Amino acid sequence: MQLQAHPQRILLPAKVSFIVLTLALGLLFDLLPWRNSAGVPELTAVVLAFWCIHQPRRVGIGTAWALGLLLDVGNGALLGQYALGYSVLAFLALAVHRRILWFPPWQQALQLLPLLLSTQLLTLVIRIAAGADFPGWTYFAGSFICAALWPVLSFLLLLPQRQAETMDENRPI
Amino acid sequence: MEHQPPPFFNRGPAPLVRLTFFVSLAILLMVLDARFRYAENVRQVVALAAYPMQRIAMAPVDLFHGAANYFASAAALREENSALKMKQLRAAPELLQLEALKEENNQLRRLLEAQERSPRNSVFAEILYAARDPFSRKVVIDKGSQNGIAAGQPVIDDVGVIGQVTRVYLLMSEVTLLSDKDQAIPLQVLRNGLRAVAYGGAEGGMLDLRFMAANADIRSGDTLVTSGIDGTYPPGLPVATVTRIERDAAYAFARITLAPTAGTDRYRQVLVLSNETKPPPEAEQPARKPPRTKRQRKTE
Repeated sequence: MQLQAHPQRILLPAKVSFIVLTLALGLLFDLLPWRNSAGVPELTAVVLAFWCIHQPRRVGIGTAWALGLLLDVGNGALLGQYALGYSVLAFLALAVHRRILWFPPWQQALQLLPLLLSTQLLTLVIRIAAGADFPGWTYFAGSFICAALWPVLSFLLLLPQRQAETMDENRPI
Repeated sequence: MEHQPPPFFNRGPAPLVRLTFFVSLAILLMVLDARFRYAENVRQVVALAAYPMQRIAMAPVDLFHGAANYFASAAALREENSALKMKQLRAAPELLQLEALKEENNQLRRLLEAQERSPRNSVFAEILYAARDPFSRKVVIDKGSQNGIAAGQPVIDDVGVIGQVTRVYLLMSEVTLLSDKDQAIPLQVLRNGLRAVAYGGAEGGMLDLRFMAANADIRSGDTLVTSGIDGTYPPGLPVATVTRIERDAAYAFARITLAPTAGTDRYRQVLVLSNETKPPPEAEQPARKPPRTKRQRKTE
């Protein structure tokens, strides 16, 4: 019985340099001067979830924690807030990584949405406990946009692994 | 004999164990940061690691500004130049008088034996970016402890106060805006000298003037300036204007909303004023002998 919606392609191994580069680009995007505009997606979170799902042995909770700490300082937030949120996101992504890849991309996005939302909810609870005000419902818009970006991003991030070094008509890679 | 899995099956501690470890580390950091302020050293170190990232992230914005400057037409520049000249000319008589008034003021203060107001040094800085933390209102400026910036210094732009430096890194500082929830500033109504304290956190970047009696003499449109009694902000800087007053007989206090004079989204240039408040002179104390130690007493 064919369980997969699409026949899976055989991929080249992921390069560590490419993983580092994409995570750094995500960080750069998040550190751009956004002037508190609600609904700007947290690209680091999506890229992190992608690598946790596709390369769970290389990228995990420790990487997530370190990235979160960098974002904490860059954003002037409570130290440890993003670190905690991203650790939990990485854990949840690792927990679903075996299942989620059996689905087509848009269903993957639907499964990713609760992960992102719970991360944001956790951050919100922490900050309200630390004495902040509720920033309004548009705060959660970022997660929906992140989930909508997932099919595009996962296509782009898999591109280098899809290209064979030498072309061969009879080989599936 | 205990069976060991081959090393290529070894995946280290279980995910749940790792999660517990990192979550407790994060919670420890948060408690240290929020409750005890012990985490500043960690923050300084991570800030140095994040600094190159932040500068690179600023590059597209700098490029955009550079391109906008390059394509600004000569006509617009000429117009701005003449407008600035007019402004300078209009301000000239007051500026000329200001020197004389300052001298006179100093003389009068000396006569009254009051403390002279010392001129403050100021550091010119540019706003790099607004911190992307939806829970607070902060901006990051491009000068840090290396340029002599210290936490607590007031920050102004050309029309009024914008906030206060709250955290200093080596090459950058965080400025908390007046509209932040945790920021308070002592004010004075320009018209009648009534003192009050404004708090941030009202909706739409407005300020709240709290604890003003319902019958206080304050009107819509009044200008509020810093009172200077806190020793942080120099007195007389414009801060806000009153936009709305609600007097409800059910409450002891009036609800007064203020609109800040300065806007952080208009210009990038700000001025950081130094804190030069001297502590009150200590009373002369008679020199006391240090208390004798046990050994001294024994040898006697």
